[in-house]
Amino acid sequence: MSDFLLQLALALDAMFRVATPLILCAMAGIFSERSGIIDISLEGKMLAGAFAAGAVAALTGSPWAGLGAAIIVSILLGLLHGFACITHRGNQVISGLAINILASALAIVLGIALFRQGGQTPSLGQSERFRPIELPFAEALQNVPVLGMIYSEIVSGHNLLVYVALAAVPITAWVLFKTSFGLRIRAVGEAPEAVDSAGISVYLLRYRAVIIAGLLCGIAGAYLSIAHGGAFIRDMSAGKGYIALAAVIFGKWRPMAALFACLLFGFLEAVTARLQGVELPIIGEAPVEFMLAAPYILTVILLAGFIGSAIPPREIGEPYPKEK
Amino acid sequence: MTSHGLPRWADVGLLPLINILAAVIVSGVLIWVIGENPFEAMAVMFNGAFVYSGGFGYTLYYTTNFIFTGLAVAVAFHAAMFNIGGEGQAYIGGLGAGLAVLMADSFLPGFLLIPFAVAFAALFGAAWAFIPGYLQATRGSHIVITTIMFNFIAASVMVGLLSGPMMREGQGSPETRIFEPNGHMPYMHEMLGWIGIEVARSPLNLSLVIALAAAVLVWFIIWRTRFGYAARTFGHSPGAAEYAGINTTWLIIAVLALSGALAGMMASNAVLGEPHKIVVNFTSGYGFTGIAVALMGRNHPVGIILASLLFGALFQGGTELDFEFQTITRETVQVVQGLIILFSGALAYMFAPMLARILFMITPEREPA
Repeated sequence: MSDFLLQLALALDAMFRVATPLILCAMAGIFSERSGIIDISLEGKMLAGAFAAGAVAALTGSPWAGLGAAIIVSILLGLLHGFACITHRGNQVISGLAINILASALAIVLGIALFRQGGQTPSLGQSERFRPIELPFAEALQNVPVLGMIYSEIVSGHNLLVYVALAAVPITAWVLFKTSFGLRIRAVGEAPEAVDSAGISVYLLRYRAVIIAGLLCGIAGAYLSIAHGGAFIRDMSAGKGYIALAAVIFGKWRPMAALFACLLFGFLEAVTARLQGVELPIIGEAPVEFMLAAPYILTVILLAGFIGSAIPPREIGEPYPKEK
Repeated sequence: MTSHGLPRWADVGLLPLINILAAVIVSGVLIWVIGENPFEAMAVMFNGAFVYSGGFGYTLYYTTNFIFTGLAVAVAFHAAMFNIGGEGQAYIGGLGAGLAVLMADSFLPGFLLIPFAVAFAALFGAAWAFIPGYLQATRGSHIVITTIMFNFIAASVMVGLLSGPMMREGQGSPETRIFEPNGHMPYMHEMLGWIGIEVARSPLNLSLVIALAAAVLVWFIIWRTRFGYAARTFGHSPGAAEYAGINTTWLIIAVLALSGALAGMMASNAVLGEPHKIVVNFTSGYGFTGIAVALMGRNHPVGIILASLLFGALFQGGTELDFEFQTITRETVQVVQGLIILFSGALAYMFAPMLARILFMITPEREPA
C-alpha cells in the first residue's frame, strides 16, 4: 500500500512537470481564442521558443537571456499570425499551420547553421538552466504525515517556470473576468461589431491577445529546453501544443477548467510513462499507445457533445472586416 | 473582375506566381543568412530533381504522393471544409493496403491483389475521415479540431499495431514483413522496359497513373456531377444549399469520405509502390504538404498536378542538399513549404491591392463602353 502511495506521489510530482507547458500554452490559447483568433500555432510558437531559449542560453550562459529570447521569438510569431489573420484577414487555421511547419523547420536549419550538431543545441550546464527550487520548510515538513509529504514531495522542488505556469492560471482568470481589458477581449470574440461601435479598436485588442499568447508560449518553450530539459532537441514539443489546444476546448475556454484538463492529461502521460511494459492484473500489458492517445480521444468525445457541450466563442475564426 | 479588383487571369495566374516568388525570395535570404549561396543551392536542387539519372523518377514518385493528398484537401475545400487530417487518413490508408496484401499475397495473383489493396487503402482512408465527417454533420463538432485529433489517434494506433501484432517476426523495428512480389505495384522502369523504352531505375510506379486518373475523376465529380454541384453550392453558402433541398448532413459526410479515400490512396504509392511494407511514419508529413499543394493549385486538378510536380522536385532536390552542403539540409525544403502555405494561403491576397494598382497604371486607357 505504501508502495502504491509512493508511486502515486511520484506520478503526481511528474504530472506537474509534464503539465507545465500544457498549462502555459492552454492559457495562451484561451487569450487568443477568446478574442476570436483560432490558435493552432501554439505548437510552433512553443517550439520556436524552445529553440531560441536553448540557443541563447548556450551562447550567453544565462537562462534569463534564454527565457527572454524565447518570449521575443514567440511573440514575433504571434505577431506574424496576427498580421496574416487580423490585418490581412487570412484563414487562421492555414496561418497557424504555416507557423507550425516554419517553426519546426527553421529551428533545425538555424540550429545546424549555428551549432552543427544535427539540429540540436549544445547541452547546458547547471548554471545555464532553471534549477529546481526547494520551497521554504520543505525539508522540515518532510516527516509530517500526508500534508508534509504532499508539500515536500509534490509541491516543492520544481523549477521556477512550473510555479509561473501555476500562477498564470489565476492571473488569466482574473484578467479575463475581472478587468475591463478582459471584458473587451471576451467581447471582441463574441460580438466585435459591438466593441467597434463603442469606439474601441477590434484590431488592437486582437493584436494584444496574440501578443499575450506569444508571451505564454515563449515561456512554455523555454521550460522545455532550459528548465525541464537541458538542450533543444528537434521537434521536442512533440504535439504538446495540440494537447494544450485540446485542453482549451476540454476546459470550454475557461482557465480553471483548462488547468484541470491539463493536469488530467499530464497525469495520464506521467502514469503512462511509469506503466511502459508493466504487466497489469486483468488487462495484461498496459495499453500505452491507447493511453497516450487518450487526450485526443477524450476531446473528440467531448466535442461530439457526449460530455456536456463545448461552445466556442461566437466569432472565432471570423476575420473582422473594418469599415473604410 | 474578382472581388479583389483583379482581372481573372491575374487572380488565377499572376498572383499565385507572385506569392511563390515571395516564398522563394524569403527562403533565398535565409540560405544567404546562414552563409551559403542560394543560387548554388537552387542549382543543386534542380540537378537533383531533373538532371541526375533517376532523379526525375524520384521527383515523380514524390509528385504522386502530393497529387493524392492535394486532391484530398481540395475536394473538402470545395465544400468549404478544411480537412487537416490527410496525414492520418493516409496513414490508416496504408494500414488498409498493408492488411489486404498481408492477408492475400500468398494466394492472389498480382492483377487481382493490387486493385484489391488500392481499394482497401481508399476504404480505410474514407473510414478514418468518415468519423469526423459524421460528427461534424450530426453533432456539430468542428472538423478542423477533430481531424487534428484523428491524426494523433492514427499515429498511436499505427505505432501500437506496428510494434505489436503487425510487427515482423524476429525484428526489433516497428514495421511489417516485406510483401510478396505479387503485392508490389509495378515499377515504371519495368513497365517501360517491356515495351522497349529504357529509363533509369527509380521508385516511380504505376501509382502515378492512378493519381492522374484520380485527378481527372475529381475534376469530373466536382464540375460535372450533381454531387459536385451540391458540394460547391454548400461551399459557397450552406444556407442556400439547405434551402435548395440538398441533404447537407449526407453531403458533409460524403465529401469528407471522398477526401479521406483520396488521402488513403496515397498508400498505393508510399506502401505498395516503394518500401513494400508498412513502416512507422511512412506518411512523413505528405498529408500536410497536400494542404500547400491544394492552396497553390487553387483547388483545381490541373493546378494540383503542377503544384505537386513543384513539391516533388523540391523534396527530391532537398535530399540532394543533404549530400552537397554542410549547413543546408532537406529541412530547408520544409521552410519553403511553410512559406508557401503562408504566402499562398494565409497571406494570399496581401499583394492583391498593390498588383491591382500596378495593373491599373499599365493598362492602356480604354474608351468607356
